[in-house]
Amino acid sequence: MSVDDVAVNGKRSSDASSMVADGSSPGDAVTTRKDWASDQEVRWCPGCGDYSILTAMQLLLPEMGARRESTVFVSGIGCAARFPYYMNTYGVHSIHGRAPAFATGLAIARPDLDVWVIVGDGDALAIGGNHLVHALRRNVNITILMFNNQIYGLTKGQYSPTSVQGKVTKSTPFGSLEVPFNPVSLALGAEATFVARTHDMDRKHMMATFRRAKEHRGASFVEVYQNCNVFNDGAFELVTGRSVRASNLIPLVHGEPIRFGENGDKGVVASRDGRLRIVDLNDAKDEELIVHDETREDPSLAFQLSRLARGPFEPTPIGVFRAVDHEDYGTGVDEQIAEAKSQAGPSDLWELLCSASTWTVD
Amino acid sequence: MTASGIGTYTTKELDRVVIRFAGDSGDGMQLAGDQFAAVSAAFGNDLATFPDYPAEIRAPAGTLAGVSAFQVHISDHDILTPGDKPDVLVAMNPAALHANIDDLAPGATLIVNSDSFDERAVAKAGYDANPLTDESLKHLVVYEVPMTSMTLAACKVTGAKPRDAERSKNFFALGLISWMFTRPTDQTIAWITKRFARVPQVAEANALAFKAGWNFGETAELLASNYEVAKAALEPGTYTNVTGNTALAWGIIAAGQLSGMPVFLGSYPITPASDILHELSKRKSFGIRTLQAEDEIAGVGAALGASFGGALGVTTTSGPGLDLKAETIGLAVSLELPLVIVDVQRGGPSTGLPTKTEQSDLLHAMYGRHGESPVPVIAARTPSHCFHAAIEATRLAVKYRTPVLLLSDASLANGTEPWRLPDLDSLPSIDPAFATEANQVDADGKTSFWPYVREPGTFARAWAVPGTRGLEHRIGGLEKSSGPGTVSYDPENHEEMVRVRAAKVAAIAEDIELLEVDDEHPPGQARVLILGWGSTYGAIAAGVRRVRARGKCVAHAHLVHLNPFPSNLGPVLASYSNVLVPEMNLGQLSRLVKAEFLVDVISLTKVKGVPFKAAEIESAILGVLADLDSVSNEGEDQRDEGSEDHAEVSGARAGVNQL
Repeated sequence: MSVDDVAVNGKRSSDASSMVADGSSPGDAVTTRKDWASDQEVRWCPGCGDYSILTAMQLLLPEMGARRESTVFVSGIGCAARFPYYMNTYGVHSIHGRAPAFATGLAIARPDLDVWVIVGDGDALAIGGNHLVHALRRNVNITILMFNNQIYGLTKGQYSPTSVQGKVTKSTPFGSLEVPFNPVSLALGAEATFVARTHDMDRKHMMATFRRAKEHRGASFVEVYQNCNVFNDGAFELVTGRSVRASNLIPLVHGEPIRFGENGDKGVVASRDGRLRIVDLNDAKDEELIVHDETREDPSLAFQLSRLARGPFEPTPIGVFRAVDHEDYGTGVDEQIAEAKSQAGPSDLWELLCSASTWTVD
Repeated sequence: MTASGIGTYTTKELDRVVIRFAGDSGDGMQLAGDQFAAVSAAFGNDLATFPDYPAEIRAPAGTLAGVSAFQVHISDHDILTPGDKPDVLVAMNPAALHANIDDLAPGATLIVNSDSFDERAVAKAGYDANPLTDESLKHLVVYEVPMTSMTLAACKVTGAKPRDAERSKNFFALGLISWMFTRPTDQTIAWITKRFARVPQVAEANALAFKAGWNFGETAELLASNYEVAKAALEPGTYTNVTGNTALAWGIIAAGQLSGMPVFLGSYPITPASDILHELSKRKSFGIRTLQAEDEIAGVGAALGASFGGALGVTTTSGPGLDLKAETIGLAVSLELPLVIVDVQRGGPSTGLPTKTEQSDLLHAMYGRHGESPVPVIAARTPSHCFHAAIEATRLAVKYRTPVLLLSDASLANGTEPWRLPDLDSLPSIDPAFATEANQVDADGKTSFWPYVREPGTFARAWAVPGTRGLEHRIGGLEKSSGPGTVSYDPENHEEMVRVRAAKVAAIAEDIELLEVDDEHPPGQARVLILGWGSTYGAIAAGVRRVRARGKCVAHAHLVHLNPFPSNLGPVLASYSNVLVPEMNLGQLSRLVKAEFLVDVISLTKVKGVPFKAAEIESAILGVLADLDSVSNEGEDQRDEGSEDHAEVSGARAGVNQL
C-alpha cells in the first residue's frame, strides 16, 4: 500500500500540490498510529464505542499511506463530533448538522484533500438531514461516517431519529411515538453511490469498510453501529454481540450468495412476489440464494436488503450495500471550468468589465 | 409650436427627462426600459434607472398587482437618482395608468395604449369610469395611441398569430419613445436581432413593431415635437452601464484576482440577490466555483468550508436568508476565517416585499448573532460602487480573518448607472499571508503551529490551510485557548478571546478611509449635516444640491463603513450642531450613532419599499432649517411644507418623535 495506490484508486490524495512547511519532500508518507493521534486527551465516557472507531481510524490511515497534511476531519456537534480533536490532521468542529455542508465547500474548493465527515445520528438525520441527503445526491467527494448510537448523548439522553419506537428517554417518558429512520435506506433513497454499514465491535470490519469508503470516488456513507454505554447501552447487542453475531449478523460480500448463521445454514432469497426473506438452507437450495452485487446501478435490491431487518434486534445485513461509479461533483465542476477556460470568453478582468457594451468619453 | 401636417414637427432640447414604462408584468416593460437606457448610455447621456416590479412572475393580467414599471432618467449633466416624477409615462393598460397616475405632475406627458382601455380592463384596474373619457386626465398632455392594433398590423407580414404578434407591442412603445427622444435606431435593431436570434419570427416581429412605433412618431401629427437630450459632459474614460448585482459579482471576481484566492460562491436563490449567483455561475473561465446549495445554511456553510481550504468563500442572500446564515457567521467569527456575506436588502420582516427596497437589515448585520459576535459591516452606495464595496469587503475579510457583511439593496441590485471603468492598477492588493512555517518551538526544539497567535496591530490570527505540511491543527466553534487554539473553558481565557475579537474588528477603523464631508461652506456656516448610508446616496446628494441651489448651506457625509465607523465620524458629528439621518427603516443608523457618540440626531425615515425622492430629502432639510430659524426668530414659522414629503421626521430637535 503506497500513497500512489490511494491517489489512483480512490479519492484524490494530494501530491505535488501539497504545501510543505518543514522542507521535507512530500513523498515520505510512512507513518505509524501515534503520528495520527493528537496531543489532546480523549474525553469520551469510558467504555464508549467511539474509542474503537478512533483506534480503527488511527490504524487505517498509516496503513493506507495517507498524509496528515492533506487529511481533514470535519464534524458537526455531538459526542461523535469531538473526533477531529483527537486526530493529528487538519480538522474542523463545525455546527450541529452542518458538517456535510462545510465539507462540501471544502471538497469542491480543494479536490486535492481527503475530506472525512464525522457525524452522529441526531446531527446527520435530525438537524442536518437536509445537508446529508443533498451531499449524497450531489456525490461530493467526501467520506461520511455516521456514528449511530440511537440516542442524544451529549445532551444527556433524549431520543434520536434512529431510536426505536417506544423508546423511553428523558424527553419521551411515555415512549417515543416516532418511526425511526433506517440510515442505509435513507442514503440509498438519496442516490448515494457508496453505502455501507459496520459496527464498533469489529475493528477489522471497520477498517476494511472505511478503506472502501475512502477509496470510493464521490460521496460515501457509512453507518457505524456505535454503543453508547451510558444512555443507550446494548442497543446493537442482539446483532453485534459476540455470542449472537453468527446468528444475527448477515455479512454482505460482493459476488457471494448472502448466507449467515452458526453453520452458514441461513440465507436470503427472493420470494415469488419479489420480497426478500430469510430462509433455512434446509428448506432452500444454495443456488436460490441472492448473490450480492454492490455495483448494481438500480438501488432497489440494495434498498430491499436494507429493509430486511426492522431494526438491530433481528438478522441485519452488515457490509457494503452499494458501490457504483459515478462522476463526483467536484470533478464535474473542474471539467466545466477547464472547458470554459479553453473557450473564447472574457478571461481577464478588463475584458470582463467591457463585456457589455461600452463607450468612450474623451 | 404645433404640428401642421404629416412629418412636420419640431425638435426641442431638454437638459433631462424622466420616462417611465409601465404595463403588465408580462408586457416586457423591463426589457423595453432597459434597452432605452442602454441606447441612451451609449449615446452619452448620464442616466440612472429604477426597475419596479411585483414579486409574482405573472400576477393576474390587467390588475394593479401585476403592474411592472421601469423608470429611466437621462440627462446632459451628471445626475444622481432615477428621478422623482416621470415627465413621460407610457401606460400599456388601465392598471398601469392607475398604479402610476399619482406620480405625474400637472403638465406631464402620458402615452397610453388606447386599445387596452375597454370597459372590462378599465373595471379590472379599479376605475369606475374610463379615465380617457371622464376628464380626469385634464391636467396632463395625453396621447392615445392604438399600440396593439398598430403592432398587429405591422407584424402581419410575419404570419405570426395575433396572440403572438400582440406580444411585440412593448417594442412599438420603445420605438415611439425612441423617436420622441431622438435615440439612434440601429443599435436597438441589432440588439433585437441578437437577443431573439433563436426565434427569427419573433425577432422579425419585434423589429417591425419597433420600426412601426418609430414611424408612427415621425409621421403622425399626434405628437407636436420630439426632444433631444444632449450628451452629458462626463469624465473622460471608458464607460459601461451596470446594475449593482453585476458590479458586485465583478467585484468578487476582481477580489479573487487581487488576492490570488480562488473564488467559491455558496448561495441559494433569493430575490433580489439571485443575479449575483447567475453572473458568477457564468464566469467559469475565471475559475469561479459556484454551488447552488440546498438551503441558505448550506450556502454559507459551504462557503466557510471553502474558506477553510484557502479559497475566497462568498455567500449571497437577502434578509430571510441572512436570518438562516446567522449561526454559520458566528462560527466564522469564532474560527476567524475570511468570509464575505452579501445581503441584498429587501422589504421585511418575513417574506415582506421581495422585490422592493429597504435598508432595514443594518441592526441585523450588526447584532444578529448570539454571543459577542462582532462583524465588520460595509454598505454600497450606488450600483457601480458595489464593485468597489465587494473588493473592500474582501480586503478586510482576508486581512483580518473575519466574516464581513456587505449590504446592498434591491434598488442598487437592479438599478443601473453609467460606470466609468476603474484603472485596474488602482485596486488594492490583498495578501492572504498564509502561514507556511511553524510558529512555536518547545524546550526540546520541537516545532509546532499555533493557529491563534496574532499579528500585532491587526490582531489577525495565523492562518495555515490544509495541505501545508507540519502545520496540521484543529479548530472549531468551542472557545479556544489564546495562542494554541485548543478547546478551553478557562474563564480568563474566554474573556480575553471575547475582548480580542472585538478589538480586532475595532482596529479596522484605523485601516479604512476617513469619512469625507461634502461641505463647500466655511466651517461653522452649515448648521445641518446630512448623514446617510447605502443606496440613499443619490437622493441625498440630489436633495442637498437643491437646497444649495436655494442659497442655503448644508453638508452631506455618506458612510460606507458601518462597523467600525470611520475614525473621524465622532469629530465630524461634533462639528455640526444638527445632524439629519435619512434611511429606509425606522432609524437604525440613528440608533447606532446616538449610542456610539451620545449625540442627538434627527431621524428621517421612509419604509414604503421605494427609494427616497430628492424632493423628500430637500423638503426635510428645508424643514430642519426652518425649525432652526423659527427657534432663532420666535413666532415665525418659515417651515416649507413639501406636499409630497411622505417621510417621517423624528428626533428631539424636530419636536416630533415617532420612534
